[in-house]
Amino acid sequence: MGKIKVAKHAPSIDMTPMVDLAFLLVTFFMLTASFRMAEPVVVDPPASHSDKTLPENTILVTVDNNGRAFFGIGNGEAKINALAKISEKYGVKFTADQVKKFGGLSSFGVEVKDLPRYLDASEAERLRFQPQKGVPLDSLNNQLKDWITYGATELNVIYTRNRDEAKEKNIEFKGEKPRYAIKADAKAKYIYVKDVFKTFTDMKIYTFNLITSMEGGETKPAGAGH
Amino acid sequence: MAEIADSGGGGHKKGGKKRAKKQSTRVDMTPMVDLAFLLLTFFVLTSTFSKPKSMELSLPADPPPNSPPPPEIKKGVTFLLTKDDRIFYYVGQFYGPENDKGKPATQLSETNFGPNGLHKLLAEQNKWAIDEIEKLTAQNKAKTLADSTFKRLAVEKTADPNAITVLIKTDDQATYKNAIDMLDELKINNVGKRVLGVEMSAPEYALLQEKIK
Repeated sequence: MGKIKVAKHAPSIDMTPMVDLAFLLVTFFMLTASFRMAEPVVVDPPASHSDKTLPENTILVTVDNNGRAFFGIGNGEAKINALAKISEKYGVKFTADQVKKFGGLSSFGVEVKDLPRYLDASEAERLRFQPQKGVPLDSLNNQLKDWITYGATELNVIYTRNRDEAKEKNIEFKGEKPRYAIKADAKAKYIYVKDVFKTFTDMKIYTFNLITSMEGGETKPAGAGH
Repeated sequence: MAEIADSGGGGHKKGGKKRAKKQSTRVDMTPMVDLAFLLLTFFVLTSTFSKPKSMELSLPADPPPNSPPPPEIKKGVTFLLTKDDRIFYYVGQFYGPENDKGKPATQLSETNFGPNGLHKLLAEQNKWAIDEIEKLTAQNKAKTLADSTFKRLAVEKTADPNAITVLIKTDDQATYKNAIDMLDELKINNVGKRVLGVEMSAPEYALLQEKIK
């Protein structure tokens, strides 16, 4: 009469440990991840076998495949201080809001006189900003040189201050001296990059970090593997 | 604990008493777990791929005005980079078609970025330094040479007069990638004395133009 009852149990696995682990990893990666800020141009650096990671404290000059130069500083405070010096030299005024926006900018490729208008634009508008011909670096109007000079000075000021503070408090100082990095597109003509090199060597700066991507398994059209 | 939902309805039990439905106290965690893994995947992928690598480069200082001309390079190769990823080179000093030293005029040879081109060429030219460094590496592996001494000696070998000097000259058509590939290859072949971006002389340029015509 009564059928044998099979206990109705939903097949269930205890997922708690897995979920715990997943959240642990999510937290870890969220905290360690450093976000790249939106860049004004997409630059595809050439591959190399070098495995040195890029130092943190850098002045970065980006050269895109059309030879436009973009300037950026890795430290927000140094960036704002350099802007104040530039503003003084070129007689271009910036509002407090524009200065704040400049602190959050990764790199830019406009002339100083266009900079206030560029900063007022929204992020989407900046991509279509005209004229975006790069920071001028010809001998008559070498704005890149001024940016590098002021940027390097400000980075050094911050570096020395942090080092002295650490010394006072007797903690080990881990900061790195500011360095100069150049990120150029693989397809850019060498002469464009040479102009940037020239700007640096004119200022008696001879050592750079050239940003490259790791040579991976992908096949390259020329200069293939070893 | 995520659990596959019990089929709630199930139908009426024959002749059973009316019972209060047993409400499950469990929360379905599936969407949360889905989201957690989605975020996990996102962070794993973005954090490992965004670390830029860099290559250190030192450029020579500009010579002061009125300085004597650079000394002749005894042992060296000059590379001329040009369009379409082509490389031309000559070994030793450059001699024009009509030089006062009575030397035969320099001819350009062509090579490429492949393993049988540039890599082989540099390995042959810089054989002395590569062999010396290999000997040092063997000693270092056998623990008869300390790491710091090994590094210092290796650098000294690349600066030895027996090791080659490489000059890289580019025309206005060469790409940045060519220059980086060249530097990379020099590093692999232990060339310590390398100069990038020397101006091409007029006879060199003329010879190159003739070749790529």
